[in-house]
Amino acid sequence: MSIDNKPAEQIDVRPEGHAPDTVANAAATPDREQPYGALGLKADEYASIREILGRRPTSGELAMYSVMWSEHCSYKSSKIYLRQFGQKVTPAMKKNLMVGMGENAGVVDVGGGWAVTFKVESHNHPSYIEPFQGAATGVGGIVRDIISMGARPVAVMDQLRFGAIDAPDTARVVDGVVGGISFYANCLGLPNIGGETYFDPVYQGNPLVNALSVGVLRHEDLHLANARGVGNKVVLFGARTGGDGIGGASILASDTFSSGGPTKRPAVQVGDPFAEKVLIECCLELFRDELVEGIQDLGAAGISCATSELASNGDGGMFIELDKVLLRDPSLTAEEILMSESQERMMAVVEPSKLDAFLAVTAKWDVETSVLGEVTDTGRLVIDWHGEEIVNVEPRTVAVDGPVYERPVAYPTWIDALQADTASSLPRPTGNSVLREQFLELLGSANLSDKSWITNQYDTYVLGNTALSFPDDGGMIRVDEESGLGFAIATDANGRYCQLDPKQGARLALAEAYRNVAVTGAVPAAVTDCLNFGSPENPEVMWQFSQTVEGLADGCLELEIPVTGGNVSFYNQTGTVPIHPTPVVGVLGVIQDVAKRVPSGWQDEGDNIYLLGTTALELDGSAWAGVIHDHLGGRPPAVDLDAEKQLAQLLAAGADQSLLAAAHDLSDGGLAQALAESVMRFGVGARVWLGELLERDGIDTATALFSESTGRVIVSVPREDDVRFRGLCEGRGYPVARIGVTDAASESLEIQDVFTVSIDELRSTHRATLPKRFGATIPQ
Amino acid sequence: MRVGVVTFPGSLDDRDAQRAVRLAGGEPVALWHGDHDLQGVDAIILPGGFSYGDYLRAGAIASFSPIMTEVVDAANKGVPVLGICNGFQMLAEARLIPGAHTRNAHQQFIRRDQRLRVENARTDWTNGFTEGQEITIPLKNADGRFIADAETIRRIEGEGQVAFRYLGVNPNGSMDDIAGVTNERGNVVGLMPHPEHATEPGFGPDTPEAMSSGIDGLTFFTSVIERALAR
Repeated sequence: MSIDNKPAEQIDVRPEGHAPDTVANAAATPDREQPYGALGLKADEYASIREILGRRPTSGELAMYSVMWSEHCSYKSSKIYLRQFGQKVTPAMKKNLMVGMGENAGVVDVGGGWAVTFKVESHNHPSYIEPFQGAATGVGGIVRDIISMGARPVAVMDQLRFGAIDAPDTARVVDGVVGGISFYANCLGLPNIGGETYFDPVYQGNPLVNALSVGVLRHEDLHLANARGVGNKVVLFGARTGGDGIGGASILASDTFSSGGPTKRPAVQVGDPFAEKVLIECCLELFRDELVEGIQDLGAAGISCATSELASNGDGGMFIELDKVLLRDPSLTAEEILMSESQERMMAVVEPSKLDAFLAVTAKWDVETSVLGEVTDTGRLVIDWHGEEIVNVEPRTVAVDGPVYERPVAYPTWIDALQADTASSLPRPTGNSVLREQFLELLGSANLSDKSWITNQYDTYVLGNTALSFPDDGGMIRVDEESGLGFAIATDANGRYCQLDPKQGARLALAEAYRNVAVTGAVPAAVTDCLNFGSPENPEVMWQFSQTVEGLADGCLELEIPVTGGNVSFYNQTGTVPIHPTPVVGVLGVIQDVAKRVPSGWQDEGDNIYLLGTTALELDGSAWAGVIHDHLGGRPPAVDLDAEKQLAQLLAAGADQSLLAAAHDLSDGGLAQALAESVMRFGVGARVWLGELLERDGIDTATALFSESTGRVIVSVPREDDVRFRGLCEGRGYPVARIGVTDAASESLEIQDVFTVSIDELRSTHRATLPKRFGATIPQ
Repeated sequence: MRVGVVTFPGSLDDRDAQRAVRLAGGEPVALWHGDHDLQGVDAIILPGGFSYGDYLRAGAIASFSPIMTEVVDAANKGVPVLGICNGFQMLAEARLIPGAHTRNAHQQFIRRDQRLRVENARTDWTNGFTEGQEITIPLKNADGRFIADAETIRRIEGEGQVAFRYLGVNPNGSMDDIAGVTNERGNVVGLMPHPEHATEPGFGPDTPEAMSSGIDGLTFFTSVIERALAR
């Protein structure tokens, strides 16, 4: 598809002219035709709105239902599956969970009176239409979710998937998305501590831009967004409401793009990070001084969502005078105001006696504020526009009791053939020169290459608590400056694995994110996910989705870490071709003292290098199969979550006893890639031998280097800690083999009897790829 | 020794600067841009960030904040003032130091551990260094390109007002690789890199000795404190 520059066709939700469509008018004119289809509602959904209300909806009510019943806001296709995350839990999993699914973000008790809240969310569709603003406001939206829990945001990370690196449009999208994230998060003063970047043609017409944020709070500062207390004031504050993002949730995020239609650019929001930074400080001061009952962020569906959700979660009634909303554009209609997704806005519930103090704080921060109405006991959400009633609904029917679909599910017709086409037929190299060539080709391939072209545009230092960030496997932030208590976080999803087997792919994503947290020395504690899929109206996509959720929920149960919240993004496809299922899984872990953190690369001379875990011939869906042979087929690697758990416990013990100088997870690209990354991290070389490994696991050299078997980590151990480390492994019975030693003087990675590559060549190969495509900035 | 750190709307590294003062043995004092009150502090830091969203020009609007009247007065009386990144931009906008800043030559935000050479070790904020010393300080900016007219460059080069120069790589296209400058008196110093991010072991830049162990930035803060104590 292409984006054209035709002026937008405004969807006219008004019956005629500018006269508001009042509740009385709606009752009196039941037969008026309404543009529900253009707003994304199906005929049966429109019929049920009429049934709920006992009349036709006003144009304002129609606007509200259309956005709140959209796939993006209502989870109508995914709800029946997502329930598993709440059902497949044990009491042990709930122990440290202060807030679970269904709130703005989950909250985990990390000890010492501290809690951490975190969530990942999609901003895919706006980011394709307008990459810079789409990605920027993705950061803004997830950060507001974190603030609304009463937490100070302390970190962000982004999960990005673009089309083929050499496709003509990719540079535009990458430059815009990365620039937007850099602009917004840097300006908010939040360190960007990790994330993912993948290139694959399946994302060409539908890039994925997921944004994750983490916040920190004291237990007593936890707030939930609800409108309780009859007579309490409902206050809107932050940026003024404008005409941007109208229908963003219903039109962009809940429908496929088609060529030839009007441009959807007006549905993309425009971000102002300065306004958001001020809003963060303002909200934290309001919470600190106990001036608010609750704060709800305005994201998808804007005022429609905030009012109906606040009312549904509280005493059930609310009265709003919509004409009190401060506007950027005075020509906006009531319906547009209800649907606008203008950024950097918050809605608070405030006791009347605290209103003056509340207004003093917002004035201090130069945040514009208007009192819109109050909490009532009517059980109805009533909205007036210049004295006339334009909305009168039961809020739960808007926010909670939306339609629920059990979409048809079909086993994909193509999947048996895909799984039968394994990588075993691909020629595996035996000669050393070919092994070396393929190793370097992988190292410089788009997905395995250095991402610092991107990450150098992100601030990692701000707030002064970043203990680990890219290129380490997980990001880590200190929570408590006194005790050193901190958290680690990592995300993962491998769309290629998920295409081969979505259930296994979900378990693999979970296992890898879990392992990435474990290698930092932290103990995995909780999960968030962002499930990116094609159209739910495609039964094969629904099958992929159902398999994924089952795999993920069962996996979390086996690992005993709860899913605390997340997001579903459907309709990620171009034409009729859906993306690979891409369930981004984020795992949060806790570390008692960040001083004991473990980086991903060698630091010192003469440390022993150990490989934990065993290697099998598992090249189906691997980076090797993709890069060297342009092949995707077969079954993804096996995953043993019990073993992953054991491995994580071993790593935590090793880190706690300060036995590990480095630990690096093996995943895409296998052992060869992990060794290269560990060498490049601090520029310390290594000598590695594979003989013992080949014999023990019964594999060839190519398999040892490139297989993507799970449950594997390389660690480096100082000589003086060697005996204790071996004892730790033996005590736990986890497979371990000494495969090398760090060798700073060699300034190279030597795989004995196979190949030697200097650090300079490793780095030049690894670093060249992105600058070559996207333009050089400055030398490293 | 009480060191004030001014928070403007959009300041980001204000708490980091406070922590750095504390680590150097000083007492940080939070100052608010909207007040006309320096609370009797002995030195002042204008921290990094995006005050007022960098609208108009970076630092331009903040340089008209109420408290800047007092900051300029104090600077002219010899009170030590350090401007970091956005604070450097404010000092230039307030004409307390020479030069100006534009968008990085490569047009992108850049974050890197930057090597610097100390060119002037006589100022209130650099006297703990030795002239010619090489240090590593994190840098992160979008509008960090130092520019000035030829006459100004000649003058500040001639009179030792260039306090720091980029080494190895010029990360933003600054003229003469200038990373930081001082006023003639040596009490006002502005620089683009962030010394407050290199003050605590474990959270600074990597060094050959250990990951994240770089604390070259601490000397800025100990310099001002020790000189004040010596007086």
